[in-house]
Amino acid sequence: MPPTTFNAVLLLSSFLFTIGLTGVLIRRNLLFMLMALDIMLNAAALLFVAAGAHWHDATGQVMFLMILALAAAETAVGLAIILALHARGRPSLDADTGNLLRG
Amino acid sequence: MSYLLPLLVFLPLASALFLFTTAGKISAQTVGFVAASAIGLSALCSIVLAGAFLTSAPSTPLQITLWEWMHTQEFSADIAFALDPISLLMILVVTIVGFLIHLYAIRYMEEEPGIARFFGCMTLFVSAMLVLVLSSDLLCLFIGWEGVGICSYLLIGFWYENPRNTAAARKAFYMTRIGDAAMLCGLLILATSTGSLQTHTVLTALGAGTIAPQTLTAAALFLLVGGLAKSAQIPFQTWLPDAMAGPTPTSALIHAATMVTAGIYLIARLHLLFAAVPLVMMLTAIIGALTILMAACTALVQTDLKRILAWSTISQLGYMFLALGTGIWQAAVFHLMTHAFFKALLFLTAGAIIARLHHEQDIFRMGGLYRSMPGLTAAFLAGAAALAGLPLVTSGFYSKEMILSSIWSAHFPLAPLFLPLAHILWGMALAGAFLTALYISRCVFIVFFGPSRTAASGSTPRLMAIPLACLSFLSLFGGVIEMPDTLAPIHLFTRFLSSPFPHAEEPVWLVLTGGSVPIAGIVIAWILWGRATPVMQEIPGQSTIIRMAKEGWGADALYDFLFVQPFRFLVWLTRHDILDYLILGIGRMTRAISTFFETARTRSLTLFSGKTILFLHEGDALLARFQNGRVRWYAAWIVAGLCAALVSGVVS
Repeated sequence: MPPTTFNAVLLLSSFLFTIGLTGVLIRRNLLFMLMALDIMLNAAALLFVAAGAHWHDATGQVMFLMILALAAAETAVGLAIILALHARGRPSLDADTGNLLRG
Repeated sequence: MSYLLPLLVFLPLASALFLFTTAGKISAQTVGFVAASAIGLSALCSIVLAGAFLTSAPSTPLQITLWEWMHTQEFSADIAFALDPISLLMILVVTIVGFLIHLYAIRYMEEEPGIARFFGCMTLFVSAMLVLVLSSDLLCLFIGWEGVGICSYLLIGFWYENPRNTAAARKAFYMTRIGDAAMLCGLLILATSTGSLQTHTVLTALGAGTIAPQTLTAAALFLLVGGLAKSAQIPFQTWLPDAMAGPTPTSALIHAATMVTAGIYLIARLHLLFAAVPLVMMLTAIIGALTILMAACTALVQTDLKRILAWSTISQLGYMFLALGTGIWQAAVFHLMTHAFFKALLFLTAGAIIARLHHEQDIFRMGGLYRSMPGLTAAFLAGAAALAGLPLVTSGFYSKEMILSSIWSAHFPLAPLFLPLAHILWGMALAGAFLTALYISRCVFIVFFGPSRTAASGSTPRLMAIPLACLSFLSLFGGVIEMPDTLAPIHLFTRFLSSPFPHAEEPVWLVLTGGSVPIAGIVIAWILWGRATPVMQEIPGQSTIIRMAKEGWGADALYDFLFVQPFRFLVWLTRHDILDYLILGIGRMTRAISTFFETARTRSLTLFSGKTILFLHEGDALLARFQNGRVRWYAAWIVAGLCAALVSGVVS
């Protein structure tokens, strides 16, 4: 297996980020939006790892760990919001119905 | 003897004061009696003075200084009277002719309600005239000069209810006022250069040559203008015909016999001063000659009896000015005297005629009067003959002859050599004499002969007839005291003036010419107007030149255009307060501008704030559109912002 180049990782990471972003923008289901957010975070984390490997710096892996924690916390908060909405009697996963803050 | 001089002035003055203060309280007869007796006493005084003067040694002029008027280091003036031959002659003329006229006026004016005012003004006039002729100080003379002016004004406007009379009075006053101002200028020039206005001081300074020639010329010019205005010569001639608006005795006394001769008296009195300025002398002579012809031509076409006499007065005064300008002031004074006699006679007779014809003044409505009033006809004929200068039998002949024959040989140093100015002036004066005879004969033939047109009423009272008889006598025989050498060597007048007069140069043919011209004038007038079927009854009024002559050659219209209208315009401007309008206009403009600015500001602010509100509203709506509460839109905005930041980072 040939060694993966930094360029390829950069492309992959961009690709993943774009997929995640597209998911956030076009999906209305809150669960899918959370998953798309996770993809975006992981794309960023992948980039950190690749950059750390490229410049031989451990900071990249430190950042990866932090993003991992961040993603876990984010997912937890998002799922908690969904559960809270269910508990308040609003059993919908459609993100666009939650527009009470409309100006 | 010298106390008679102030008495002479004081008597008429006291009478005037008495008459003014008792106006309306005493009867008309008393008023006339007081005035006439005051003038009569003055006449008596002057006759006594004349007798004393003629018998005493000629080198002792009578002088009296009443009081010192003002005295500074540079200038002093006295109220002082002096009697010398000229002033003696003048007081004789003024008081005797004045007395006769007052005598006449007693009956003439007795029906008038304002008789006290009339006689007060008349006596005041006589006293002012006496001050004028007697004072030996020119500033004192100026008092009399102004006094006769104001009396003339008061008497022309005697019938003040008629606006035309007051207009005539104002006109006379203004015209003579111009001359008075000029005369005052002349006096001030003399005063600054000699330090005194005493006549003998001025003449002594003149003899010593201490006055600069330019100063002398200026002073003489100004004094000449003063004299011209007072004596109604060109260009001031327009006031005298209008002055006939006053009562006829006034016309006789003031506007024929005495006041208008003040200018001649002034120049004769200062003849040494004028003789030193050849330019002014020549100007005087030329103006005099022009006035003779102009006034005689105008008199020829007048139809108003009194106006004919007024224009003839101007013309005769022109003779005097011509004589003064030629340097023969003795002849001027002689003519002044005879003119006073016959012109007073003519005016008084005309007044009597007009009164008996129910105030008809148009000569073409008279006619054939010799049948109804033979006495008046005789008196008028005597005056007319003297005015025309009928040879040998009238006084006018001798005085006019003296002027005419002296002009021929006169010498004008400033005239160009090729121009025989003296001969030209002589020719003009001769033409004037012819015209004089022509117009007065026309008047006589139309008024006294031919068919009768207006019925006369009443008869002339004796009190009016006596002065006429006296004046007729003087008009006919007052001139024999001075004769040309060719007739008889009688020179009482010039000997009386104690200045020898060169009669010897007069050729016989000059006297013959001077004597035949009036006869020619009378004959031609007889042919034109006197025969049973006259050649012309009335001078045709259609032709322009006749119309112009009738109106006095348009001088009135010219002055009206040149002086009166601009003045009236100024008055109009002042009356309508054009400056006020200007300020008001500026105020209005300021107010309009500020109103405009206020409106503009209000409108622009309203517009601006309205637009701002609209803009904010729109912006608010736009921003509200962003705030749609949808999470995905917010995420999209974030992405868009990031992309924009990236693009701007990359591009720059």
